[in-house]
Amino acid sequence: MVEALKITGLHKSFKTGFLLKKKKILKGISLEVGQGEIFGYLGPNGAGKTTTIKCLLGLIFPERGEIRILGQPYLSLSAKERIGFLPENPYFYDYLTASEFLEFYSQLFQINKTEREDRIQDLLRIVGLEKSAHLQLRKFSRGMLQRIGMAQALLNKPSIVFLDEPLGGLDPLGRKEIRDIIIRLRDEGKTVFLSSHILQDIEMICDRVAIIVNGEIINSGRLQDLVSEKIHFTEVILSGLMEEQLRDLSESLVSSGDKIFLKITDESKLEEVLQLVHSQKGKIHSLIPRTETLEDLFVEMVKTK
Amino acid sequence: MKIKAIALNTFREAIRDRILYVIIFFAAVCFLCSRVLALLTIGDQVKIITDVGLAALSFFGALMAILVGTGLVYKEIDKKTLYTLLSKPIHRYQFLLGKYLGMILTLFVMLFLMTILFLILLFFHTFKLEWQIFAAVFLIFCELCLITAVAILFSCFSTPILSSIYTLSFYLIGHLSWGLETLIEKINSGLGRALARALYTLLPDLENFNIKTEIVHHLPIPPELFLFSFLYGFCYSVFILFLAVLIFRRRDFI
Repeated sequence: MVEALKITGLHKSFKTGFLLKKKKILKGISLEVGQGEIFGYLGPNGAGKTTTIKCLLGLIFPERGEIRILGQPYLSLSAKERIGFLPENPYFYDYLTASEFLEFYSQLFQINKTEREDRIQDLLRIVGLEKSAHLQLRKFSRGMLQRIGMAQALLNKPSIVFLDEPLGGLDPLGRKEIRDIIIRLRDEGKTVFLSSHILQDIEMICDRVAIIVNGEIINSGRLQDLVSEKIHFTEVILSGLMEEQLRDLSESLVSSGDKIFLKITDESKLEEVLQLVHSQKGKIHSLIPRTETLEDLFVEMVKTK
Repeated sequence: MKIKAIALNTFREAIRDRILYVIIFFAAVCFLCSRVLALLTIGDQVKIITDVGLAALSFFGALMAILVGTGLVYKEIDKKTLYTLLSKPIHRYQFLLGKYLGMILTLFVMLFLMTILFLILLFFHTFKLEWQIFAAVFLIFCELCLITAVAILFSCFSTPILSSIYTLSFYLIGHLSWGLETLIEKINSGLGRALARALYTLLPDLENFNIKTEIVHHLPIPPELFLFSFLYGFCYSVFILFLAVLIFRRRDFI
């Protein structure tokens, strides 16, 4: 694996309270992200996700540990030239219009004027804000701010993009659009480091994930390796049978109208239910086997920790 | 290029701050009041107007530097705009210098506007342009550059309210510290004199930028005094900005 990001033994603590007691936030984070992959960084609130990202971007300084981005020391300007970053709940200069804002940031990358104008137009189109190019950011909704934040993160055509909760505050359509942009970035060979707790989205787009709890990485790897394909239970919706006939065969039973919803864990009991339906001339409306999801894994790990 | 981009953005931000226009309004009121004050005075009315006008320029300019300057860096931290900015390929000192220069540009424009207002008022009394006013205004501008550096230094680690109080204290101490010079002359010798001397060296002396008396009474301004004041302001500002960079470059933005 060609590494886009390598973190080794990252430690960070903050002094809090009146007595300035040290509180450990990161306790030896180590991880590697390969080039061209979407890496999901998962964790409950306060686990240390944002602190890790802030360390990577040089906003806070770790006490110990090493960070290399694209093979270079993380604080070097040459590394920063190739980084894109979208913070959590982005807030930008509200007196600037969308295009003024992108113009300002593109000057920090020393992009020449003609290229700057083309790129800004392109990015506004990609994030769906071309009609709001001359609207002041103070008039932007949260979703629009998230999109303009995404645009500024891509201004320099970065090789690695750090996204901190990029899907927060977006409606389903907005989430899909941002997901599509992230997938397109991967298709273009860029690396995406995605911190989130919206697990469905992570599950949909990430190649590999790491789960952080209380400042420690408790699990990491490819999604299909982490989440087992073993069937946990089967959801059955049927009709034409009496509730009493099914009560002993299922873990939970709910009826609505003439339909009965069953949750069956035991495979032999599922067989019995199917035979019963067949013999009683009942009807199966749906039968869905449920495998372990990332959410199950996440909840289990956080609880265990 | 990067510092210029940050400076221009800071200018754009500061110039939209309504407080600047409120201060300009009060400065204009003050200029007009100097006219009333002059009417009540026996003697040269122009001297009163010039004296009050220059004092108003200095005071309201300082007020602008303090009220807007102390919020510049803090606002970026508070509103988290700094997060995306510092993730771009810029050094932290470039950010701070950009902020400083942007504020200096704003003060230059504001001071220029106030000076024009003041000159118009003066013109109606003397029917000639008082060019020497610009010498005084230049030194006031040097003073504002120093105050802005101090405001930015405090705003690197403190809230705007506290930074404003600290910077205002710096301004007041700076204009009163010349009293120590008299004290040094009065103390015979020994530890007390050495302490007073050390304190005077340490504290800013903003009276170096005050040539109102020379302007009002049409006294000659020695070029070496002018040069000394300029260099004093320049070196002091560079020193304060250096301290600000030292603090800012190791700061964690939680």
